[in-house]
Amino acid sequence: MLDLSVAFNRYKFLGHEFLTWLWYTIEADAGTINQVVPELSALAIGNRMVIENRSTDNMESITIRGDDAGLEEGLLALKKGALVAEMGLEMKTGENEWRFTLKGESLDLSNLKTPETEPLAAGGAEAEQDGAVLEKVYLYEKAIGMVHALYSHFIRLRVSKEWEMNIVPLLKNWVAQSRKGQ
Amino acid sequence: MGILSSTAAITRYRVDGEIEAPALETIETGLRRYTISEIDGEDTEKSMGWTSLGRPFAPDFTDSAHLIGAYLVFCLRMDRKSIPAAIVKKHVMAAEAAKLAESEREHLSKNERQDIKEAVIARLIRRVPASPSIYDMIWNLEEKWLWFFTNQKAANEALETLFSKSFDLQLVRLFPYTIAELAADLTPEQIDRLPELTPTRL
Repeated sequence: MLDLSVAFNRYKFLGHEFLTWLWYTIEADAGTINQVVPELSALAIGNRMVIENRSTDNMESITIRGDDAGLEEGLLALKKGALVAEMGLEMKTGENEWRFTLKGESLDLSNLKTPETEPLAAGGAEAEQDGAVLEKVYLYEKAIGMVHALYSHFIRLRVSKEWEMNIVPLLKNWVAQSRKGQ
Repeated sequence: MGILSSTAAITRYRVDGEIEAPALETIETGLRRYTISEIDGEDTEKSMGWTSLGRPFAPDFTDSAHLIGAYLVFCLRMDRKSIPAAIVKKHVMAAEAAKLAESEREHLSKNERQDIKEAVIARLIRRVPASPSIYDMIWNLEEKWLWFFTNQKAANEALETLFSKSFDLQLVRLFPYTIAELAADLTPEQIDRLPELTPTRL
C-alpha cells in the first residue's frame, strides 16, 4: 500500500473525476443511478459547486452557489480542462430527503442534513438518547451508502478499458453539446 | 456538529488490526486510561482525551455506557487555553516594572525578562478556563469502520494518534484511493491497475 499522504495527494484527481462523472450521470444518464442505487427516487445537484482547473500553472477555481445558480459557467470551465472539486447533492428516497456537500479530494461529507428526526428532550433518559443515535446512524448510513455505491461503480469503470473507450467520449460529447445548447 | 446535530460533517475511517480479546474490555480500558483530564486551575495549556456522548464534562465508561446497539459511541475532547498576546504583554510590562522598582535598577537582563514572561504566562494560564472542543464518533467494531464527526484536519490527526495509543489499532482514512484499494470490492487485477491511473483530460 502506498504511503497515505502520497496516495491522498497523487490520486485526488480520482475524486474530482468522480464528481464530474456524477454530474454527467445525473444530467444525462439517470438510468445508471437507478441501476446502482435502486432505492433512490431522485438525485440532484445541490446549490453549491466548486470547479477547479489544475491543468494550468496557476490553479483556477470557480464557485457557483445559490438555489437558482446556473451551471453554464461550470460547463464552460470543464471544456477548458477543469474538474468538479466540490458538489452539493440532494437525494430522495420516497418522502425522505438528504442534502450534503461532497468534497472530491477526500469524499468527506459536510453540511449533511438528514430527514428530520424527533428532537431529543433536554435531560432526556439514556434510552431516549440511544434511540435517537440509532435513528441518526441509520439515516447517515443511507447517504454514505449511496456515495459509496456510486463511487465503487465509478472506480470499477475507471480501471476498466471502458473508461477510455466509451465513458470519456460520452463526457466530452456532453460538455461540447452543453456549450452548443447555450 | 455532532451525531445528533441538525447538520453534520463526517470523515470516514477503516479500523486496521485486531483488537485484543475480550474486545469490549480492552476498549473500556483504553477509554478509561485516556479519558480527558481537566486542566482548569492548572498551569497546563492543553489537554486531549476521550469523553462520553451527552456527558462531555462527566465522562463515564463503566458498564458499557458507550455501547449503543452494535456501535461504540464516544467523543474526542480537546481542551485549550489561549491568552491574547496583548494581555500577556500588559502583564509582562507590569511585572517588569515591579522588578525594576524592587531592585532599583534601570535595566533587566535578557534572562530575567524571559523568566518574568514565563512566570506571567504560567500564572495567567492557571487563571484562564480551558475552551473545550468536542467531536463525536461512531465505531462499528464488527464491520471495522469508524465515522468521525468533523472534517477538521487537526482534530482528525489528534484522533488518529489517540486512537492508536488507546487501542493499539490503526485508523486508515478513507479517501478516493484508499476506498478504491480497500473498500470498493475491486478484484486484485483491478487494484493492481490503480497506481497506473493518470488524470483524464476532457
